[in-house]
Amino acid sequence: MIGLGHYLSVAAILFAIGMAGIFLNRKNVIVILMSIELMLLAVNINFVAFSQFLGDLVGQVFAFMVLTVAAAEAAVGLAILVAFFRNRGDIAVDDASLMKN
Amino acid sequence: MGLLETLSFARPELALAIGAMALLITGVFLGDKAASKISISAVLLLAVAGVLVFVSPGGGATTSLFDGAFRIDAFSTFCKVLIYGAAAFAILMSDRYLAGEKLGRFEYPVLIVLAAFGMSLMVSATDLISLYMGVETQSLALYILAAFNRDSRRSTEAGLKYFVLGALSSCLLLYGASLVYGFTGSTVFTEIAKAAAVNQNNAGLVIGLVFMISGLAFKVSAAPFHMWTPDVYEGSPTPVTAFFAAAPKLAAMALFTRVLMSSFPGVVEDWRPVIALIALASMMVGAFSAIAQTNIKRLMAYSSIGHMGYALIGLAAGSASGVSSVLIYMAIYIVMTVGTFAVILMMRRRGGMTENISDLSGLSRTNMPMALILTVLLFSLAGVPPTAGFFGKWYVFLAAVDQGLIWLAVAGVVASAVSAFYYLRIIWFMWFDEPTPAFERDHGPALGLAAWGSAALMFPVLTIGMGYLRQIAETAAASLF
Repeated sequence: MIGLGHYLSVAAILFAIGMAGIFLNRKNVIVILMSIELMLLAVNINFVAFSQFLGDLVGQVFAFMVLTVAAAEAAVGLAILVAFFRNRGDIAVDDASLMKN
Repeated sequence: MGLLETLSFARPELALAIGAMALLITGVFLGDKAASKISISAVLLLAVAGVLVFVSPGGGATTSLFDGAFRIDAFSTFCKVLIYGAAAFAILMSDRYLAGEKLGRFEYPVLIVLAAFGMSLMVSATDLISLYMGVETQSLALYILAAFNRDSRRSTEAGLKYFVLGALSSCLLLYGASLVYGFTGSTVFTEIAKAAAVNQNNAGLVIGLVFMISGLAFKVSAAPFHMWTPDVYEGSPTPVTAFFAAAPKLAAMALFTRVLMSSFPGVVEDWRPVIALIALASMMVGAFSAIAQTNIKRLMAYSSIGHMGYALIGLAAGSASGVSSVLIYMAIYIVMTVGTFAVILMMRRRGGMTENISDLSGLSRTNMPMALILTVLLFSLAGVPPTAGFFGKWYVFLAAVDQGLIWLAVAGVVASAVSAFYYLRIIWFMWFDEPTPAFERDHGPALGLAAWGSAALMFPVLTIGMGYLRQIAETAAASLF
């Protein structure tokens, strides 16, 4: 029997993978954008699972809001990335180091 | 309440949202040559929104709208007025800079208005959904503003860093929100408070709370979530930095306060140590990391991290006097930050803007009024009596001592003594060092007004009127309880 705990575990694992993707990745900024999407979707699994478990629709409404915002965020993120690429001709994470302490 | 009546209570937000769209369409049709007209319209729009805050149909009474998702009370009114003011100054102070850097595009005021709209939602949010929508509306506009100088490597890098870490913090906040929703069964703050008081030691709820605190600490740039701040402040165009340092900090701090005070008042003992540690870390980072800085925008970044630490002391107190001290602190902080950045924007020579602290050497001999203004503002940032900055710190420490957080107040005093070192060092440069070439005097009326006005407010206007500010802040804080 698959219960709430299984869904929460999957979401937690996906969230952790997304977080690791942001901090471990040194090559490509696109991977960071994908990691952010992964984290948002992990949260959505949480919301939908809780919504089903509680018998309360608010969680699913929240999930739709998150999906909408995720789309807007991807658009803004890619736009900034394009501007960054135009200036530099490269999107390696290590290159984003013009400013240091 | 019918829909139209409900909407009539949210007139400031509606004005900003509809106005921003109208300005955007006007800008698209008229192009960048109408940029200055659109800037002026945006400032007027913010002024109208500021007036609408006061002429609400409820006559200033606390009103809850949209099934408890949106609340208008003295707390939100206090914050909205400051936010609209800071946003208006961010637009007014930008004209010379943007023209000089060939950035006079009409999107700038529109984005500031949209960000102000998001912040307006944040300070009124009393539901996890409206909280998230407010935070994102604000953040998406701010990411673009950071990268506004799209032909500059620094600016786009700042935008990218801000975007990645801002999105990460939103994810943390959201993950926390999902756990809080799951373990309390509601997204409305008051319902969460009821459920949290019943099952106090629920592990899921505590984890959710910690995630939410981390996400919000990112947004106020408190240590250990402060890494993005110096880079973003340095890389963004200076008027944008001035805006980042003022309004979004207040909005995020207000949101932080409302989340903790309205949804978790029964579990104060659970979150107080966390907030106290974040406050301590921020003050220390702000005090020690700023010493070695040579770029004044980076210095202001570390300074803002430190100031968020002091404000969080008031939040850690978790009492009505604590909340009112946070509001007093943030109000004073916003005014002095806007003034300081107005001075930074005046640091212009024939060749362009300068950002090095050493460029301020001997300023008292080349430009006496500017040196005087900056001296008052730096004294206030350091918290030297009798400037307003001192009173901000005083009330925060007082609130902490009232709640038995004596160690935190002592740490705060030590941190402000250390940070006084680098503020006084700049004052030393200005008054006793060999002069460098003078800055250009022609900086426009808005910068002069912002600099003179904020210096005058720091000393002596607010020193005398502190009782009045305190009264307003106490009324605002009382509406949360």
